[in-house]
Amino acid sequence: MTESENKNDLKPPITEVGWLGWIRKNLFGDWFSGLLTFACLYLIWKIGFPALQWAVLDSHWSGTADDCRGASGACWSFVRHNYRFILFGFYPYEEQWRPALCIAIFVGMLFISKNPIRWSRKLLYGWLVVFVVIAVVMRGGLAGLSRIDNNVWGGLTLTLLLAVVGITLAYPLGILLALGRQSRMPAIKMLCVAYIELIRGVPLISLLFMASVMLPLFLPEGLVPDKLLRAQIAIVLFAAAYIAEVVRGGLQAIPRGQYDAAQAIGLSDVHRTRLIILPQALKIVIPPTVSIFISTLKDTSLVVIIALFDLLHTAKATLSNPDWLGFSTEAYVFVALIYFLFCFSMARYSVRLESILSPEKSGSV
Amino acid sequence: MNQATDNRRATPRIRGWASNRQLLYQFLVIAAVTGFAYYLFSNAQANLNRQSIATGFGFLSQEAGFDIGETVVEYSAGDTYRRALIAGACNTLKVSFIGIILSVTIGTLVGMARISGNWLVSTLASAYVESLRNVPLLLQLFFLYALATDVFPHPREALSPITGVFLTNRGLYFGIPAMAPAYKFAGIAFLITLAALMPLRYWARRYRDNTGKILPINAISALLCIGVPLIVWILGGAPREMDVPELRGFNFRGGASISPEFGALLLGLVLYTSAFVAEVVRSGIESVNKGQTEAAVSLGLKRPHVLNLVVLPQAMRVIVPPLTNQMLNLTKNSSLAVGIGYPDFVSTANTTINQTGQAIEGVGLILALYLFFSLVTSFIMNWYNKRIALVER
Repeated sequence: MTESENKNDLKPPITEVGWLGWIRKNLFGDWFSGLLTFACLYLIWKIGFPALQWAVLDSHWSGTADDCRGASGACWSFVRHNYRFILFGFYPYEEQWRPALCIAIFVGMLFISKNPIRWSRKLLYGWLVVFVVIAVVMRGGLAGLSRIDNNVWGGLTLTLLLAVVGITLAYPLGILLALGRQSRMPAIKMLCVAYIELIRGVPLISLLFMASVMLPLFLPEGLVPDKLLRAQIAIVLFAAAYIAEVVRGGLQAIPRGQYDAAQAIGLSDVHRTRLIILPQALKIVIPPTVSIFISTLKDTSLVVIIALFDLLHTAKATLSNPDWLGFSTEAYVFVALIYFLFCFSMARYSVRLESILSPEKSGSV
Repeated sequence: MNQATDNRRATPRIRGWASNRQLLYQFLVIAAVTGFAYYLFSNAQANLNRQSIATGFGFLSQEAGFDIGETVVEYSAGDTYRRALIAGACNTLKVSFIGIILSVTIGTLVGMARISGNWLVSTLASAYVESLRNVPLLLQLFFLYALATDVFPHPREALSPITGVFLTNRGLYFGIPAMAPAYKFAGIAFLITLAALMPLRYWARRYRDNTGKILPINAISALLCIGVPLIVWILGGAPREMDVPELRGFNFRGGASISPEFGALLLGLVLYTSAFVAEVVRSGIESVNKGQTEAAVSLGLKRPHVLNLVVLPQAMRVIVPPLTNQMLNLTKNSSLAVGIGYPDFVSTANTTINQTGQAIEGVGLILALYLFFSLVTSFIMNWYNKRIALVER
């Protein structure tokens, strides 16, 4: 009896539980930790607070550039006036519902394909249909839509297009390269190794230069593709080398026994690769593939240098709009947020996917 | 180029050549690649003839005629294209070298902060990593450059956060100690100390292996590296005169300066890469089994020794290969300099291409230089990796 009373009496000290205990444990564990906490608080007060003040408290959300110039905060009104150009570039103003619709369809499809339970052949066909629909809606010339050439495509639409088409085309090429690198045929193996290492050893910008200034020299005059297509080719060739290395990782993770077993039941090399090895290897590499997609999405911003109007370039172009001079910070922050939204959510998704696809691995981490 | 390498590969007796069918496949692939290369080559020849562009590297000896904003080596517009390209390559090396050192240092600190027990520290470190690596580097460069040129004031109204340091839209100006012989001697003393430390550290390790006693050799090294040059400096009369930049006319004179281009590029590269390095360091340290730390603590090792002697040597093996990749990425990413006008190699090569029309040679040089950097870096890091891998088992 006295024992249980004692238990009731002796509650843990208030400094060990609840929010106070949490603060003590996580912010002031020892003197060094405490010191760091104060340093961080100072940092937040010195940098975080002024940033908040600039972005939210003192910001302007409407009005003209002149209204903004008087104020000390951010001028989000700049974004409100220019977001159409930043998102869609030179696409004719009245027709901008078309790229908007395409982005909506694309993002919608992403949400549908998010859950591995829905992954099926049907979904793959669904994506093919979506690609065709997007191509038709963007380009027009069909079903009463006016024809709009790709030299006016721009902004977010172009960024997503370059990244998605880039990865989609680079994937099969990357798989072939990875298989070639694992091949027992020395000539093919060496060609693939040379290609992969060459591409991975040079910056993307040199490939873009190659595509924009060198490719026209290497093709007969009539056959030179337009600038957008040339940039797209460079991105595909670049991404393929990185995908090849990721897929190689997956191929190497397949236990030797799988190869032996496939051979034992009499499968040919081709069948063994297609039916036994690749399906397992590709499943392993889905999360790192998402990472490659993220870096490709970021890398598309380099097309600025060869004067294509992607999301970054349209934002940069608005800065020279004479009515809105001097709002570079707002423009770049806005665009950075868009990139961040896409990249960060996909990065988180890739981490989650990893734990869904290989539950045995996530247990140990 | 293709034919020479193919002939070499065609040596028989390699296992893969045994089967006839495989032989046929390889022959077909090589034929296709060679054919495609020949097709491109003949097109190029026809196009070059038509546009009457001379091929070859003869243009390198012509006068470049363009200025380069800042150079490590001496260069003026009257010099040759070769000189201009060398100046560009040196600029690339400069920004990459400083960038790698800074981003590895900052990245390591942030990576350790991410696994800190302090919630505020780890949260801030996560925010740093996630916000920097999910936004394109080129965007960060544009942003920083715009900040440096648009937002910072004209030299006359320069911001001066610390005495002797001036932030302007022409760059960052700061005071440096005025040149005096004492500094030269201190520098020499520093190098001598570094050289002398190597046998000392070797001896300390031997002593540890033989007796089991651990000397505070890292602390001693640090003390010597700072102490000896300091003493030499004091003996040399302790000159404290500073060369501080002064506003003359429209700009600052004297002191040292960092141009907005270089500053924005370096800062952008360091911020972006350090976020990735932080992730590499974090996953490296987390890869070391917790039992290792516990075992080391139960052996009675002190905390710094646990880290230095048990955790880090094992973590390094996980960290080094991806870290090498990040260093190479930084070097390759430095080519984005062309976007903000820092005269790196790609930027000077691009100007050269535009002026001479020698696209093939120009792009070829860019490819060759970066491949060279990649090979050298991976060679050094492979050597280092092998050395630390040998410690294992």
